[in-house]
Amino acid sequence: MHIVDGVLSAPVLVGGVVLTAGGIALGLRSLTLERVPAAGVLSATFFVATLIHVPVGPSSVHLIMNGLAGLLLSWVAFPALFVGLVLQAVFFGYGGLTVLGVNTLVMALPAVVVGLLFRRLAMSPDGRLAALAGFLAGALGIVLAGSMVALVLWLSGAEFIPIAKFVVLAHVPIALIDGLVCAAAVALIHRVKPELLGTLMLSPRPAPTRRLARQPAP
Amino acid sequence: MSHLLGDGAATPTATAPESAGAGSAASAVASLDPRIRILAACAFALVTVALDDLLILVIPLMMAGAALIVARLPLGPTLRRLAMMDGFILVLLLMLPFTVPGEPAVTLFGWPASWAGLEQAAAIALKANAILLMLGSLVGSMDPTTLGHALWRLRVPENLVHLLLFTVRYIAVVDAEYRRHRRAMKVRCFRPGTNLHSLRAIGYLVGMMLVRALERSERILQAMKCRGFNGRLVLLDDLCLGRRDILFGVLFAMGLALLPVLEVLHGRAA
Repeated sequence: MHIVDGVLSAPVLVGGVVLTAGGIALGLRSLTLERVPAAGVLSATFFVATLIHVPVGPSSVHLIMNGLAGLLLSWVAFPALFVGLVLQAVFFGYGGLTVLGVNTLVMALPAVVVGLLFRRLAMSPDGRLAALAGFLAGALGIVLAGSMVALVLWLSGAEFIPIAKFVVLAHVPIALIDGLVCAAAVALIHRVKPELLGTLMLSPRPAPTRRLARQPAP
Repeated sequence: MSHLLGDGAATPTATAPESAGAGSAASAVASLDPRIRILAACAFALVTVALDDLLILVIPLMMAGAALIVARLPLGPTLRRLAMMDGFILVLLLMLPFTVPGEPAVTLFGWPASWAGLEQAAAIALKANAILLMLGSLVGSMDPTTLGHALWRLRVPENLVHLLLFTVRYIAVVDAEYRRHRRAMKVRCFRPGTNLHSLRAIGYLVGMMLVRALERSERILQAMKCRGFNGRLVLLDDLCLGRRDILFGVLFAMGLALLPVLEVLHGRAA
């Protein structure tokens, strides 16, 4: 759920911009030249993943996958989701301009948090534990995002409180669906290419070329 | 939520009309410096969200409508997307009159809807539409690559611009791959429904796309290294501010500065 321009109060908007700028700066620090292609293609993939619709009864919801983005991208989730939101606002007329900071924050901060919480579990040798980590990351990512949307609405004015409650409720089924899809995705990644879970979140600047150079030394 | 991104138009490159516009006579907006257009859209958004007076808020919407016409964007699809966005915020707008305290305007099923709430809902709708229209007309009408270059010239960090350019480039590629996967699933009689099997299949699809994305990025990096990429953006175009750009910037800034003044004057008159 993206918030549009004109809803939130000025302090909330400014807070969103400041915190998001910090998150993007942290993400960019670990985004060396060697990792830009990986981050870019993964970011494009997450963008396309949000176009996937899952039928729910007569209606359908689309995937959000911010939890999975957190597992794979860590802090890079901030710049990656920011870029996605910029493209959506500019070229698809969806979201808003002054709310870019808040919209990035409500998606990316939960992503980073669940990434920190569940990455270790997702990388465990047991496939079932990895799938469980995927479910928890996917579901908690959405629950936290929904709660943060509710929080920024509540901070903006008392008249938004009923809407904030509605937003939290509406995110419960989405959390379940995203969690299950994320669990399957992590199970597959765990089986096919487990190193994907560790591509972008090694400590900042590990410089793989340097590691290669060190090998023949002894 | 994302049906508005459309089936046929799931990539920015597919929707970006400037490729068509550049072929025919370039619109007045397209010939302006991209940096000026980005800054103008941002300034417009900041001024518009700061306004409160409903009557004055009609002016930004009219400015955005004029920009839409001058930019020669396809009217139908643009307005349809805007209407879809309005559909999503409709819940919020409909709830506001009932949650904002104030003098009741109408009573619906025993629930009073206040004037203050109606006004606030109208203000939000006006602001959101005006800003998105202006952003789409000024910035959305440029090539995504131009947007990246202009942002870099505006001192956005280089690797963020790289990330943007990569994302723009590979959305189209990954989307084509996604469609291929979906066709393959359809051939094997996959019909999505509300059940565990469907969710697992879609999860595997997402996982597979991510795995392939990483493998693709490794090939990209090799290809870039092979061509001696050193992390600098090589810009083939040279942006320079012309007299027209400065004129547009000054006029636009004056127009924006007038809005708060008008609001104060109107507030005093009322």
